[in-house]
Amino acid sequence: MGIAELAFYAFSMSTLIGGIFTVVSRNPVHSVLWLILAFLSAAGLFVLLGAEFVAMLLIIVYVGAVAVLFLFVVMMLDVDFAELKAEMAKYLPLGLLIGVIVLMQLMFAFGVWDYSTGYEGRLAAEIGTGTNTAELGAIIYDDYILIFQLSGLILLVAMIGAIVLTLRHRVDIKRQDVVAQMMRDPAKAMELKDVKPGQGL
Amino acid sequence: MIASDFSTVLPEVFLSLYAMLALVVFVYSGKDKHAALSIWLTSGVFLLLAAIIGLSSAPDTTSFNGMFVDDNFARFAKVVILLSAATVLVMGQDYAAKHDMLKFEYPLLVALSVVGMMVMVSAGSLLTLYMGLELQSLALYVIAAFRRDSAKSTEAGLKYFVLGALSSGLLLYGASLVYGFAGTVEFAGIMQATQGGDLSMGLLLGLVFVISGMAFKVSAAPFHMWAPDVYEGAPTPVTAFFATAPKMAAMGLFARVVHDAFGGVIGEWQQVVAVLSVVSMFLGAVAAIGQGDIKRLMAYSSIAHMGFALMGLASGTAFGVQAMMVYMAIYVTMNIGMFAFILTMERDGRPVSDIASLHMYSQKEPLKALCVAALMFSMAGVPPLVGFFGKFYVLRAAYEANMAWLAVAGVVASVIGAFYYIRIVYFMYFGEAGEPLDANPVHRLHIILVISAALMIAGTFFSLFGIETLAQIAADSLAN
Repeated sequence: MGIAELAFYAFSMSTLIGGIFTVVSRNPVHSVLWLILAFLSAAGLFVLLGAEFVAMLLIIVYVGAVAVLFLFVVMMLDVDFAELKAEMAKYLPLGLLIGVIVLMQLMFAFGVWDYSTGYEGRLAAEIGTGTNTAELGAIIYDDYILIFQLSGLILLVAMIGAIVLTLRHRVDIKRQDVVAQMMRDPAKAMELKDVKPGQGL
Repeated sequence: MIASDFSTVLPEVFLSLYAMLALVVFVYSGKDKHAALSIWLTSGVFLLLAAIIGLSSAPDTTSFNGMFVDDNFARFAKVVILLSAATVLVMGQDYAAKHDMLKFEYPLLVALSVVGMMVMVSAGSLLTLYMGLELQSLALYVIAAFRRDSAKSTEAGLKYFVLGALSSGLLLYGASLVYGFAGTVEFAGIMQATQGGDLSMGLLLGLVFVISGMAFKVSAAPFHMWAPDVYEGAPTPVTAFFATAPKMAAMGLFARVVHDAFGGVIGEWQQVVAVLSVVSMFLGAVAAIGQGDIKRLMAYSSIAHMGFALMGLASGTAFGVQAMMVYMAIYVTMNIGMFAFILTMERDGRPVSDIASLHMYSQKEPLKALCVAALMFSMAGVPPLVGFFGKFYVLRAAYEANMAWLAVAGVVASVIGAFYYIRIVYFMYFGEAGEPLDANPVHRLHIILVISAALMIAGTFFSLFGIETLAQIAADSLAN
């Protein structure tokens, strides 16, 4: 068994373990930590596939941003997870039943499931010999420029929406006025009063 | 190659740039003080683009490796979308000002959602389809919840968002199956894969899921459950928008997917669309009867109308697409008039949407009552009015495609549906005396109402203003 196979089995095992414990841990914070483990191991699998850019993306975006955000949400929100789980347990038999039925249907249909004729000719061309990052860049910014720009617009709409729906301009609070602060004259800002002992003002 | 590609998306690019630029300008120049200006400006940009697109005679082209299609079909749909969006924006201005909704972001979100709609009707691949759909939907979710201090509006936005996400999920699952089994996301490639009626199991399943996702967006039964609540809860100008432009866009997208991508296997999707059509027509007709709220009633009415439009599509012919386009154009015009009227419905300065408030409306406002009656008869499909010709077209399309049963079902549903339209007319002319509505001083709404009703009457004498020919040219470029 080569080092690559060893790494593959190690990463697969830890992905599976991470996934299982994400679901079964009682403490939601632990769940998120297990999720991070699953993400990291999946990133390892991507490296083994030679897709180093996707691996980096997975770590930077999912572990760095999404999972940490999850962690904050889980820690800050007072969600009764035990109750949620009880709810889930109530519907578990029904869910399992539906799952089994769908699985059986899929198995029934499996015999006749086939690719359309000549699908090989329609597949996207093999990528060139450059690095992953360079090739992805060429595809995203060249062939799929329209889609890329449209997804940018979608994010813009999401941003505008979040601001429109949540931002409130409050008038009853004090705001910092930088110019007023800088133009302030220290000589006039403070008045010294000499208070004689034993007398009030 | 980039320059020629770019020239086909010029209207979309222009509109997006306008939205972004206006956003920056308004943020730095007094924010909501110029909100009314931003509404008029956006509306003007829509009209300008509609004129440019409508008058262009560019040949049918595809660009961006087949991902974007600019043909007569797309242009027809875009003109309808832009004109209706422009009208609806202007209609809603007074309501927005009165109900704390006059923010400069509102017309700009509408503009961005219109960009999404324009991309939808021009989609040449599943990727473009999804991007366009998501762009329009996301903007619509936000404007549904635009009156954020109203519980109903927020509820409408949230409901629409959650159910919309579900439908996107269905659509994406279908798209992934189609991609997996056809080997491509481009419509031309899928067409090639299904040549000679060769539709593999996976493709069929994918097609059904994609159709379900799109049926959700046009609110066809049984994927309609979001429509009544969202229509009722959203602010009325937003509801008016929901009932017009996005419907046209989603219908255009529907036609594009089934004809451009799956045009080789018409028999496979025909039955699915026919079932959607029958269920929508009957559900829309029957469920609307018990409604006491006119916005909810309009939601069910739009479900029924979508059923009729889908009937044209179900015939699977170029004539069917033509019938669908004619139907949608008429539907949008009627709905604009009807919502202009609903926007005038106020009592003591508060908007009411109760049907009971229309009792004896004709005594107070004879002209407006007459216009509403004309629109109602047109929606019901009573012969001399334009609405009848829309229905006649789709019924003929179904009949000519050997789907006489579908046409018969359409006639029956239309008779059932006529009940609740005519009931409103009955209330207005013969109802019992009740608390009257305020006289609304917004002339703009009255003018739009009168124009819409006049079009419904005059269209009969001017052979529908030549919209048939335009729809035919559009349909020919799609279903060839």
